[in-house]
Amino acid sequence: MAEPILSVEGLVAGYGATEILRGLSMSVAPGEIVAVLGSNGVGKTTLNMVLSGILRASAGTVRFLGEDITRASPGEIVARGLIHVPEGRKIFPNMTVRENLVLGSYRRGKAARAGNLERVFSTFPRLRERSGQLAGTLSGGEQQMLAIGRGMMAEPKLLILDEPSLGLSPLLVEEMFTLVRQIHAEGLAVLLVEQNVVQSLEVAARAFILENGIFALSGTAADLAASDDLRRAYLGL
Amino acid sequence: MFRSYPPQIVLEAVLNGLLTGAVYALVALGLTLVYGVLHIINFAHGAMLTLAMFAVLVAHLGFGIDPYLAILPLTPLFFAFGYGLQRFVISPASRNDDGAILLVTLGLSIVIENLLLAIFRSDTRSLTLDYSFSVVDLGFALLSLPRVIGFGVALVVAAALWAILALTDTGKAIRAVAKEKLGASLVGIDVNHIYAVTFGLGAATLAVAACLLMPSFYVNPRVGNAFVLVAFTVVVLGGMGSIAGALVGGLVIGVVESLSGLYLGESLGQIGIFLIFILVLLFRPTGLFGAKA
Repeated sequence: MAEPILSVEGLVAGYGATEILRGLSMSVAPGEIVAVLGSNGVGKTTLNMVLSGILRASAGTVRFLGEDITRASPGEIVARGLIHVPEGRKIFPNMTVRENLVLGSYRRGKAARAGNLERVFSTFPRLRERSGQLAGTLSGGEQQMLAIGRGMMAEPKLLILDEPSLGLSPLLVEEMFTLVRQIHAEGLAVLLVEQNVVQSLEVAARAFILENGIFALSGTAADLAASDDLRRAYLGL
Repeated sequence: MFRSYPPQIVLEAVLNGLLTGAVYALVALGLTLVYGVLHIINFAHGAMLTLAMFAVLVAHLGFGIDPYLAILPLTPLFFAFGYGLQRFVISPASRNDDGAILLVTLGLSIVIENLLLAIFRSDTRSLTLDYSFSVVDLGFALLSLPRVIGFGVALVVAAALWAILALTDTGKAIRAVAKEKLGASLVGIDVNHIYAVTFGLGAATLAVAACLLMPSFYVNPRVGNAFVLVAFTVVVLGGMGSIAGALVGGLVIGVVESLSGLYLGESLGQIGIFLIFILVLLFRPTGLFGAKA
C-alpha cells in the first residue's frame, strides 16, 4: 500500500473527564474512500473534531501527508488540505450561497478562487441558481451540497464528510452517495463518517466500525459487508 | 407646557437632531458590532470613548494636531488598542465565558476611568478652536459647522464599516463567526483573531467619534458613559447586532432628543430617549432591524 495520506495511532480523546475515544488507529491511502461507521454516540463526530484540530487529543498521534498535526490549530490543518465538512452542515445562514463558497477558500485555494467557484457551480447547478440567496433559506439537501461545495473550495487533499446523508430523503441520500463516488473519481481521498452502513460499504474501499470509542471491526468493505457479526449488529439480518 | 413653534424652528431642531444622532450612531456602531459578533455587551465602551476624547485633547494641546486630523493617527492606534485588549486581556482573563467577559469589561472601564481621573483630575475641559462656533447657513436654518462635519464623517465611517463587512474576506469572516463559530473554524478562520479584529473595529469607531465630538463638546473622566447610555438605547432600538439599525436608530434618537428638548425644555431632552427605550422593549423587543427571536 502507498504511504498513507492520513494515519492515526492510538488516539485517545474526550471532553473533560469523559473519555470518548479510547485508542483508535487507522489510515487513509491517497485517493481512497475509507468509511468510519457506527451508530449515534459512539464517538464518530469526536474523532472528526480531533482530526480537524477543534478538540485536543489526550494521547496518540495524527499524521497528515507525513507530518504530525496532533497539536496543530484548525487553521493550520485547513491550510494543509485536510478539510472537514461537519455534521449538521454548519454553513453561514446569514450569508449568501456565493459568500459561503468564497469563505471556503478563506485559508486555502484563494488564488484559484474564481475557477474553483465555477467548478463547484458546475458540480452543483442548484447552488448556481441560488447563489444570491441567503444560505439559511436553503432546503436541507441544498445546505448539504453547499457544505460540501464550501469544502471543495479549499482544494482538499483529504475530505472528511461527517454524516452527509443525515436528515435527507432517500432520493437525496442516493444522490449524496453518487456525489461521493464522483468526488472520489476525480482522485480525492475521502473519509466518510456515516451511520448508513449499507450504502457506505458500497462506496468505500475499506471501513472501520466504531463502537464505544474503539474500532470493533475493520477490513475491506467487501469483507465487512459479508461479515456475520456486522450483518447481525447493523443490518438486523 | 406644550408650545407651538413655527415650522422653521421645528425643522432646525430636526436637522440638529440628525447631526447629533449621527455621532450617537457612530458610538452605537462599535457597541452593536461587538455585541453581534462576540455576543457580549462591552461595558468598557464608554470608558474607551472617554480615553479617545482625552487622546484628542492631548494630541491638540500637546502636539498641536487638529481634532479632525487626529482621526488619521488615532483610528489605527485605537484599532490596535482594541485588538490587543481583546486578544491579550479580555479573552485570556475570561476564558471566553460570557459572564466573565462582562465582569472583565466592567473592570476595565473602572481601571480606565480611574487612570484618567488620576492623570487629568476630574476637571471638565474643552478645546478652543477657531471654528468651534462657526455655523453653516442653509438659508432656512443655521447649523453648527463642527456638527455638520461630524454628521458627514459619521456617515462615511458607517459606509466604510459596511463595505469592510460586505466586501472583504476579513469582513465576511466576521459575519461568519457571528453566526457559526464551528463552521468558521472549519474553513480555517481563526476565531480569536476575528474577535480581536471586531473589538479593534469597535475601538476605532470610538476614536473617530471622539475626534468628531471634541471640537464642540467637553471631556471629563466620566463623559463617555452619557454617550454609551444613549448608544445602548440606539442599539436596542435598531436591533442588537444590526449595523443598519444602529445608523437609523442613532438618527431617530438624535431627532427625538432634539424635539423633546424643544418642547419639554433642554434639561428634559433625554426623557424622550428613555421613553422610546421603554416603548421598544415593550412593543418591539427585537428592534427595528433585529432578527426575529
